Amino acid sequence: MSLILVPLIPLAAVLISLVPLGKRFAPAVTLVAGIATFVLALRESLRVVSDHQVSAIAGWVELDGMGATLLLLNAFVGATAALYSWGYIGAHGYEARRVRSYYAHFNLFVFSLVLVPVLAQPAFVWIAIEFTSLFSVLLVAFDNTHAALEAAWKYIALMFAGAAIALLGFFILFWAQQGAGGGHYSWGGLRAIAQQMPTVLVMAAFLLVMVGLGVKVGFVPMHTWLPDAHSQAPSPVCALLSGVKTTNSLYVILRMGSLLPLATVQPWMEVVGLISVAVASFLLLQVRDYKRLFAFSTVEHMGIIFVAVGLGAPGGGYGAMLQMVSHSLTKSFCFFAAGAALLVVGTREIASVRGLIRTSPVAGAALLFGALAIGGAPPFAVFLSEFFIFRAGVAQQHYFVTALLVIFIIVAFFGILLHVNRMVFGRPAENPAPARAHAVLPRTCVLTLILAAIPVLVLGVYQPRWLHALLTLAASNLNPLAPP
Amino acid sequence: MTDPNVIVWLHNLNALVGGLFLLVSFGIVGTRQVQGCLRLFVALSVLLALSAFLLSALYRDWHLGVIGVVDIGTKAIVIPWVLRRALRGEVFTRREVTQALNIPTALLIAMVLAIAAYFVAKPLLAVGCELAAGVNLPIGLAGLLIGGLTAALRREAVPLFLGLLAMENSAFFAGIGIAPEMPLIAEVAIAFDVLILVFVVGVLTRTVHEHIGTTEVGELTALREEPRR
Repeated sequence: MSLILVPLIPLAAVLISLVPLGKRFAPAVTLVAGIATFVLALRESLRVVSDHQVSAIAGWVELDGMGATLLLLNAFVGATAALYSWGYIGAHGYEARRVRSYYAHFNLFVFSLVLVPVLAQPAFVWIAIEFTSLFSVLLVAFDNTHAALEAAWKYIALMFAGAAIALLGFFILFWAQQGAGGGHYSWGGLRAIAQQMPTVLVMAAFLLVMVGLGVKVGFVPMHTWLPDAHSQAPSPVCALLSGVKTTNSLYVILRMGSLLPLATVQPWMEVVGLISVAVASFLLLQVRDYKRLFAFSTVEHMGIIFVAVGLGAPGGGYGAMLQMVSHSLTKSFCFFAAGAALLVVGTREIASVRGLIRTSPVAGAALLFGALAIGGAPPFAVFLSEFFIFRAGVAQQHYFVTALLVIFIIVAFFGILLHVNRMVFGRPAENPAPARAHAVLPRTCVLTLILAAIPVLVLGVYQPRWLHALLTLAASNLNPLAPP
Repeated sequence: MTDPNVIVWLHNLNALVGGLFLLVSFGIVGTRQVQGCLRLFVALSVLLALSAFLLSALYRDWHLGVIGVVDIGTKAIVIPWVLRRALRGEVFTRREVTQALNIPTALLIAMVLAIAAYFVAKPLLAVGCELAAGVNLPIGLAGLLIGGLTAALRREAVPLFLGLLAMENSAFFAGIGIAPEMPLIAEVAIAFDVLILVFVVGVLTRTVHEHIGTTEVGELTALREEPRR
């Protein structure tokens, strides 16, 4: 039953954080709720490792390997973002009412994120995914600047258009299940009778969901909102948006893919994924805003995960799950680092940031660490997961796809490093006139950077046994059906 | 109720409602006045509810009737009220003169989309299903595409958003035909979700209006990769 508590904690935090009890109250409540959610999520995930499935209400609130992995990521990034918000929002000196409103929305957002993996019914997952968009819109618009409002408007319009398309997909999925004799309309129930469902209907549902939720994932060409929203939102929110929100939508698409034979979905996954990787890796080269840089990198990584699943069992699924983990951890770190740089220099423009390592050694080092880690340099987590995917591609003899993937990843690596290298090591401007400079970073921000860096570094060289078991389990939920 | 004549009659009536649904979808593409768009959207929602009532009688399933009532309550009453409260006055009497495409072209594209929807629906319907799905699925699919077109062409916040809501309505229109046994709680929760969406959009549109002084969201084009100066 404790599984139900996981989403209830952030929901309670929404109400408590609205109580006006001084400026420290709301961040403290959010932080405590974030840590509690993470601890509970970890406990539930470990239970999944030993029992393979945890269900609080059978067929409604369940957790399997894939859900547990996602839940763990959501809860971890939620907790670190809560800690980061303390210093980041505090440094801006907003009035108390705005701070409370920020934390209330933040908790609502975390609530919706942890709701996605614990729900087992596709229709409810659709609602939870909708919630992740709805509750983050006003956070994207939080700065109330022209750019932020534009980003928020684009964001909500595209999100809802995608949601309507995906909704039809879920109706068709239900229809397909009724045609195959019914059963419980849950991920487990669907997977159990996947072989009997009419392929044409499941395929139609998969395509509608891939397009509809693909908007939220940021697949090219539906990615246009992503760099806007992910660059305009406050940095802790960006960490959640880029690190886990996109992954949540991808998770639903992958669930749909797991209901179809591999041969049917493979071309879609590989082509759509490769297009995203290709376009994003080249768009990375010409960005002018360093938060947009990381946003495009998210598009690239979503593509990599999709291709990896398309490569097929057994290595592809495992590589995709590992990539999902390493991407979420690393990308949230990158946005924390970008937020630190933004606090120090007060501008998002790459061209106006030079010699950051001298202005602020912490922000500079963090940015460099993040860039290397997300680009896929050894010994970080992303390198390991990308290597797994490479190995799976070679093992499945998909040489062409694998080769293209490697080329685009290398392009993206150089794209990221090109920009970040200049920002960190370039010659500082003669008369730097920072608009909103905080020479000293808030202590909670530095602490978050350290805490968020640990898994990025550790997972690159060492994988705990329970995590390996969890990912193996997740891969078994994820892999498309074997031919009958 | 077992009288085959009644069943045929209900089917024909549902087909008529479907035809009107498609017609109103076209109407939203072709209407320039914000007020007119809102009225057509209400008509669309009422037609969705009518179809739900007819199918409820046809399948003898009270769930669909409840969905119809919830639909009228949210989309025909609460949503227009919220939108009117969020944006009082001049926005609603305004005529939109800056559509991305002129109306005849837009209607022509909508027509092509509607025909395409029938082609797409054909292999799906071939799997075998109730008769009503043959009306609701292609029309819902067409409405979804036309709603997307509406949203893509609009520059004013309210009509753009109404296009998106029309998409959702169409998805539901197809849904009640193909998946009438969908758990009621799921469908009610979806309606509730749309309600939250409208509140959020109301707040956002008002903020845009306050800070930028326009609700013409098509004018918001500062964020892009090209150099700004």
